[in-house]
Amino acid sequence: MNTETKTKKATDTTKTIRISGSEAVVRSLLAEGVDTLYGYPGGAIMPVYDELYKFQDKIHHVLTRHEQGATHAAQGYARISGKVGVCIATSGPGATNLITGIADAQIDSTPMVCITGQVASHLLGSDAFQETDIVGISTPVTKWNCQVTKASQIPEAIAKAFYIAKSGRPGPVLVDITKDAQFEEFDFKYKKCKGIRSYNPIPKLDHKALEAAAKLINEAKKPMIVWGQGVILGEAESQFKAVVEKAGIPAAWTILGASAMPTSHPLNIGMVGMHGNYAPNVLTNQCDVLIAIGMRFDDRVTGDLSRYAKQAKVVHFEIDPAEIDKNVKTDVAVLGDAKESLAALLPLLEEKTHPEWHQKFKDLYAIEYEKVIKNDLHPTKEGLTMAEVLNEINNQTKGDAAIVSDVGQHQMIACRYANFNKTRSNITSGGLGTMGFGLPAAIGAKMAAPDREVISISGDGGYQMTIQELGTIFQQKTPVKIVVLNNEFLGMVRQWQELFFDKRYASTEMTNPDFVAIAKGYSIAAQKVTKREELKDAVAKMINTDGPYFLEVCVEKEGKVFPMIETGASVSDIRLE
Amino acid sequence: MNQENKLYTVTIYTENNIGLLNRISAIFQRRHINVESINSSVSEIENVTKWIMVVKLSEEQIKKIIGQIEKQVEVIKAYYHTEDEIIYQESCIFKMKSDLLFGDSQFPDIIKENNARIVIVNKQFFVIEKSGKKEEIDDLYKVLSTYGIMQFTRSGRIAITKDEMKISTMLEAFQN
Repeated sequence: MNTETKTKKATDTTKTIRISGSEAVVRSLLAEGVDTLYGYPGGAIMPVYDELYKFQDKIHHVLTRHEQGATHAAQGYARISGKVGVCIATSGPGATNLITGIADAQIDSTPMVCITGQVASHLLGSDAFQETDIVGISTPVTKWNCQVTKASQIPEAIAKAFYIAKSGRPGPVLVDITKDAQFEEFDFKYKKCKGIRSYNPIPKLDHKALEAAAKLINEAKKPMIVWGQGVILGEAESQFKAVVEKAGIPAAWTILGASAMPTSHPLNIGMVGMHGNYAPNVLTNQCDVLIAIGMRFDDRVTGDLSRYAKQAKVVHFEIDPAEIDKNVKTDVAVLGDAKESLAALLPLLEEKTHPEWHQKFKDLYAIEYEKVIKNDLHPTKEGLTMAEVLNEINNQTKGDAAIVSDVGQHQMIACRYANFNKTRSNITSGGLGTMGFGLPAAIGAKMAAPDREVISISGDGGYQMTIQELGTIFQQKTPVKIVVLNNEFLGMVRQWQELFFDKRYASTEMTNPDFVAIAKGYSIAAQKVTKREELKDAVAKMINTDGPYFLEVCVEKEGKVFPMIETGASVSDIRLE
Repeated sequence: MNQENKLYTVTIYTENNIGLLNRISAIFQRRHINVESINSSVSEIENVTKWIMVVKLSEEQIKKIIGQIEKQVEVIKAYYHTEDEIIYQESCIFKMKSDLLFGDSQFPDIIKENNARIVIVNKQFFVIEKSGKKEEIDDLYKVLSTYGIMQFTRSGRIAITKDEMKISTMLEAFQN
């Protein structure tokens, strides 16, 4: 069949055509609007790859260097665009290599569809070559999964997969397809999934609860908002901003909520949690009404629950009923989609400004600035700090870049100091804390948003966990900017060893390779910076280079991230030094 | 909320799909919770499976567990109930040596007193079946164990609620 006929047919999903299961996989993906997918071929998925070859003018398959890289790339793609990220792998080790990314997507509510090949159905359970029970293995970390053993089940399974991944609180799903189902011919017709009787993705908004919430907010003298990724996932940024502005409430973000409201917004009071800002953490324990929006009271946000906002009435706007009262008891729970709930809340709110209450945040910010921020951004000591690198990136990108961070000290610094003008600009592994997330996620993000500056910021530890994805960047010519903040340590663990284990640096010191040489080995332009005076020009060169660029910055070896809420401490016992 | 551990009967209405057992048991496993018993069967609604699980937990814990169960895509609805909110039964079977039935046997009386019945008798063994509450089954077990039990099995709890479940209404609402 020539490409022209294929293309024509691919867009027409209403007619029944007799095709193989593997062609049905690709046609189903096309019907769901998939333009890019990430994966790695192998025996049990070869029929699908054969179809991807035939459809390569319609769908771009990105060969990553490891299946884990494929999942993180799909996550980066999903996080920056709001579309479903797709990855594909073979059975056995190909499938098990997806697990870390799936678990990451599950805990961070990232819409992702994973397709895995499986041994032929007559071999299931026989310990066949590259057979693994991936449906069993992935069950606890997927929103939904299924195994398909007949070609005729493929369109429905994929339609359900996309519907479930994207609707309600998003998450990863996995469809495992046996090799015989891929070969089998059947009458294909695609119908998008519009609902599943056992699944209620968006709870109905309860107007009584909404009124109760509005009453508490209107009566509050010292209200505080903590918002999470739910605002971004629900595409509720403008409704959220309107609520914050009308009610004049100081609003803090969780790590995944970052960028839903611009950093520069006067009511944006910074990050909550373990390495969040001083004011919102301390004042969590002084506010009279705490309004949580699309967040889940993670332990890294709350510290000791028995000393978390006990004085406050808690209002929780949330799409997932299982999150209500899970960690923090709420006084009013408003279930529903953030966009709809916040839009309905707005007319019920009174205009307020709370100037005295705002002043408290400003006063505490001044303390944090003096004790932490000033020294981070404008150090007087010799060693470069991670924060001044971020500051330089802020200056030169004007806050328009998407920052894709890895996990550890540099991540906390990136989230604390990066300036964000646009939503979906902070892409990081929040809940799972997956080292190695950053580099491949940046690839996916750049592909989904080619017009945006995408800067991957990693530490020397996490970078080496998925460093092989430089090969993907090389092959795809993906113009991502890669910054490695090298302190020759697994810095966050080292910080804990310094603070809590009497400086016994057990296996945290890194003997690192020549990172510039490695990047150059992949034909990626690269530079290493060791001195403060080189930083500005180096960042400028990185930003101004077309195509990918690698920048290594050697930072002080034993820098620490503060403020910090120690494990088991209360949010208001946050340390500044 | 009550922190004291109590016996709760969990009723789950689900689609009849492969892998759901794994998905639901994973919710308990992940939280290091032991399940006392589990039973899966058809329900009063066509094509809807009903699970009855028994767990010992605090009310706070069971509420969260129910939330996690209901969150599963293929779960239609989940409930938890205390002992006085349900009507429940368990079933058990004992395999005993046939010799015990002959001569000056106590067995006809034992069976009668315990509301049990004989399912099968052959030359080597006979089988007693008894349905009832756990305590009743335990009592019979105690009596029979003095004679030597060849084999014993007890089923998981099956239960229905005193109150209406309203599942059919929910499913109808989806169709409309």
